[in-house]
Amino acid sequence: MKKILLVLLAAVMLMPMLATASSGAKLYKAPIDIYDKESLRRGAKNFADYCYSCHAAEFMRFNRIAKDLEMSEGEVREMMIHTFNEKGAPTKIGDLMKVSMTDQFAKDTFGAAVPDLSLAARARGADWIYTYLRSFYVDPDRPTGFNNTVFPDVGMPHVLWSLQGLQEPVYKTVKHGDVEVEELDHMEPIQAGKLSRVEYDMFLGDLTNFMVYIAEPVQVERRSMGWKVMLFLVVLFFFAYALKKEYWKDVH
Amino acid sequence: MGNLMAWIDARFPATKMWNEHLAEYYAPKNFNFWYFFGSLALMVLVIQIISGIFLTMHYKPDGAMAFASVEYIMRDVPYGWLIRYIHSTGATAFFVVVYLHMLRGLMYGSYKKPRELIWLFGMFIYLALMAEAFMGYLLPWGQMSYWGAQVIISLFSAIPVIGDDLTLWIRGDFVIGDATLNRFFALHVIALPFVLVFLVVAHILALHEVGSNNPDGVEIKKIKDANGIPLDGIPFHPYYSVKDIVGVVVFLFFFAAVLFYAPDGGGYMLEYANFIASDPLKTPEHIAPVWYFTPFYAILRAVPDKLMGVGAMGGAIVVLFFLPWIDRCKTKSIRYRSGLFKANLIMFCVSFVVLGWLAMQPVTETITFMSRLFSILYFAYFVVLFVTSKNENTKPVPDRVTS
Repeated sequence: MKKILLVLLAAVMLMPMLATASSGAKLYKAPIDIYDKESLRRGAKNFADYCYSCHAAEFMRFNRIAKDLEMSEGEVREMMIHTFNEKGAPTKIGDLMKVSMTDQFAKDTFGAAVPDLSLAARARGADWIYTYLRSFYVDPDRPTGFNNTVFPDVGMPHVLWSLQGLQEPVYKTVKHGDVEVEELDHMEPIQAGKLSRVEYDMFLGDLTNFMVYIAEPVQVERRSMGWKVMLFLVVLFFFAYALKKEYWKDVH
Repeated sequence: MGNLMAWIDARFPATKMWNEHLAEYYAPKNFNFWYFFGSLALMVLVIQIISGIFLTMHYKPDGAMAFASVEYIMRDVPYGWLIRYIHSTGATAFFVVVYLHMLRGLMYGSYKKPRELIWLFGMFIYLALMAEAFMGYLLPWGQMSYWGAQVIISLFSAIPVIGDDLTLWIRGDFVIGDATLNRFFALHVIALPFVLVFLVVAHILALHEVGSNNPDGVEIKKIKDANGIPLDGIPFHPYYSVKDIVGVVVFLFFFAAVLFYAPDGGGYMLEYANFIASDPLKTPEHIAPVWYFTPFYAILRAVPDKLMGVGAMGGAIVVLFFLPWIDRCKTKSIRYRSGLFKANLIMFCVSFVVLGWLAMQPVTETITFMSRLFSILYFAYFVVLFVTSKNENTKPVPDRVTS
């Protein structure tokens, strides 16, 4: 029996070694800290200023952000709400974060509907978003003038170009056995933006952090409830075990 | 109190049932670790039913609203996220405990005479559970819900003559759509839970009729004391009820660890692509079923011909039903069986796990080759068992249970 378990364990542990290397671009590690409220507030501002005019976060409510990020509703209104609802009244603090851009308009303009960002961090992963936003480069062949190494031929324009500046990819040739493949080596800046490279990475870090937050607003509460439940179960275990011992005394 | 019980007992066999199934149900005293998983499976069933009821109060089985209603539960319903994660983690937990429960049966020969019907009811539970999980996975209406269902339902089209009409009938539409979502919801919340509960009752009634097997594979009813009580038996209640509480607490500890710290199970329980709303026009790059179906999916992929593949996949499950007759050895427990049996069972478990892993990998030549190899090894278990079990070189089985 122990042998069975051991063999099973060994088989499971061997599996990652057999895994084929995943395809696609190399992703940078996003500096995520969901407990850093300062960063989340900066990220919320970045999101409101640069993403939220086209991208909705239609499962997220403004007042939830106010509550979770410890901001007043007035502050959130100031930062994020500049629109009117269907009836012409100003968007309410309890409303969902929708945008007025229609899918048809987006398709005519960018060639694709603009994806909702509520769950982007759960669908794509934080590292993907972080790397994607770093990876726009100048490409005169594209209608927007930009292309992306993480998402080739993406419809989205490089909204953050004035912050990041302009860059070009530099490729290197790598040999995989007998096959020679062109791989991205690094990005070469060709025109500076308003932010330095470090500042831009911090900007993206905060933004990505905020997107991780809106993908699952409850995650801080979830983790804080988790250890309490588990601690309770540890205590309960000792009582349950003592009870079992007591009853089983007379079984021989 | 005594009067009240007497009044009830004259009208309903409450005390009789309590005694028959708990207080005077004599279970072997040598149950080990592996014997926790039956009662745990029952508890997970209850968890799923209760959390499911609360989810149903807020979920909307409508193609246009389903995805948003799940996010509404996750964000706006008080503790909706907790209920949802309990239910999604519960699905995985259900299969974990059921697989371990079944492995226990394989090790100790719990399917053998006179327990063939217990095994058959159990296999039907497993089948109903797979249907229940498959239909439940469509309900969040994400990309993987949609395309996973698309792939699985299209398998029925491999059946000659009636295939296409059958898939149309199952879907209720030419593609997976609102009609499919509605009927899967109906089956998931009403029909299959009924079937499951009915089968679980049958499973337990059959068990209590013949009595539990044990790690020694000894029939404790053969040796009884003057009162007709098996010498190696102890009343299920209070002995095993208090012991199972310990198992429940340990189980819940691990359950909570996953629920609170890794509710998406690294993408294996809630797949990343399922956080994108279903889109009939966009096929995800890589469609993989949830982990508990993957071993069978690997067998399906291993066979080049679609109909044969479906046949092999179905066969991998159907063959388990016949296990009581495939295994012809009189000795039940692995403790007293041959080294060949042990090696065979280990190989079977390894094949099952490796197949599960293989199905999650993108198809390459190596992966396909390995899928074929381990599919053959999966079926080889039954062939080797059938051929060798009749004249197996077993050790003598003791009269009484060992501790």
